[in-house]
Amino acid sequence: MSLRTPSSSVFRPKRGIDQSVLEENKQLVETFNRRKVLRGALSLGALTMLTGCDVTSRDAVQGVLKTVSQWNDRAQAALFRPNHLAPTFSPSQVVKPPRFNAYYDVEDVAPVDAATWKLELAGLIQDKRPWTASQIYELPEQEIIVRHICVEGWDYIGQWSGVNLRRFLERIGADLAAKYVSFRCADDYYGSIDMPSALHPQTLLATKYAGEPITDPFGFPLRLRTAVKLGFKNPKWITAMEVTNTYRGGYWEDRGFNWFSGI
Amino acid sequence: MLKGEGEPADPQTRPLHPLALRIMHWTNAIAMIIMIGSGWKIYNDEVLFGWLHFPSWVTIGGGAEGALQWHFFAMWLLAINGLAYLAYGLRTGRFRRMLLPIRVPEVLLEVRKALRLDLKHDDLTQYNAVQRLLYIGIIAVIIVQVLSGLIIWKPVQFSELSFLFYDFQGARLAHFIGMVAIVGFVLVHVALALIVPQTLVAMLKGGPQVPKDPPEAALDADASANLTSGSAR
Repeated sequence: MSLRTPSSSVFRPKRGIDQSVLEENKQLVETFNRRKVLRGALSLGALTMLTGCDVTSRDAVQGVLKTVSQWNDRAQAALFRPNHLAPTFSPSQVVKPPRFNAYYDVEDVAPVDAATWKLELAGLIQDKRPWTASQIYELPEQEIIVRHICVEGWDYIGQWSGVNLRRFLERIGADLAAKYVSFRCADDYYGSIDMPSALHPQTLLATKYAGEPITDPFGFPLRLRTAVKLGFKNPKWITAMEVTNTYRGGYWEDRGFNWFSGI
Repeated sequence: MLKGEGEPADPQTRPLHPLALRIMHWTNAIAMIIMIGSGWKIYNDEVLFGWLHFPSWVTIGGGAEGALQWHFFAMWLLAINGLAYLAYGLRTGRFRRMLLPIRVPEVLLEVRKALRLDLKHDDLTQYNAVQRLLYIGIIAVIIVQVLSGLIIWKPVQFSELSFLFYDFQGARLAHFIGMVAIVGFVLVHVALALIVPQTLVAMLKGGPQVPKDPPEAALDADASANLTSGSAR
């Protein structure tokens, strides 16, 4: 009763602890150098600081590049000539069909049903009633034959027609002193442009290409086509337009491409 | 003989490469490396030649967006530094002193010497005719490169200039050819600097002391040169 037999745990050594290891390393333990340990610990600390520093400096570089890109937005706005027209071309130079571009392949384009499609309006606009496709197609048309330039470096000449965006903004009572016009699209693409570019004489809400309604891969029923921006600043399959003073960015812009991207 | 480095500065002399010039040289080197490395990545997104893609380990910027950010950051560095260098070279008379005149017979002589691998360059204060031609040439190439770059960046805003390279793709091709010329220059320039290392040391430390050449004296020399050439006519 007085003594409990130790339970036979698998973790308990059956025999006493083997002291030979201590004997063998006696020399090492006796010469144990506190200073060396400190030095080693310091080096280890320095190493972790170095990696930390690396991450921080990479963030710092990204921060600088982002700041410069925003500064480049302002520089481009200052360079922008509101009434300077982009070079135009003759119908014989027009490439048919236009070149496709989106953040997915052409096979993945989801056609928009014109019967149910509506253009929603939001923000600093007096008349926010939505527009149907037939209403949009009845608006007076302007045609531009201009060069489309992609940020990647390719280009082609295209023939676009539709309502002049300035005339449309005036018609719906938009605040033309606002900073941005922002777009949302049926394929979840989104983008925004500065008001001076929106008011440029060669900026359209395009409904036709080479005199025919725009086909599905190129933004049917409504897309933006401006002669003063790179290709990705021309959203297709537009479903909503907002006039705003709040920066809305854009699909590619939020992934690091320059926002202004004027040409 | 020329004074060595570390000796007390004589108020009548200055280093061959003054500090301002050395800062501009190395700023330009950094800006050029960024422009070329990021430019190669941008090129890869839409190549001009199907057989030519730059391997990603020689490019700068994680993707096209990063490369564009780098390119449009370094363009300011390159342009501001380049304008400062041009103003400095014209204002101090350095261009005229170091890069002119270029005489065809001297160029031919130096080319022959270079082909015999006779690359002695004992007097760092004097550029030979081939060096002068290459330095003036690279300055001109960089100016044209900035021009083609501006037209690629702003083909509509600068549409008055777009005829210079025929069209947009023409400007891209000119920008590519300019890059090839600059890379070619850099390879020769770096190779020669390594073969004649005292030139590299001079661009870091300033090089030998040379007599000061105030701009007024340069202007006077210019005026008298005009007079002589005028009387010769």
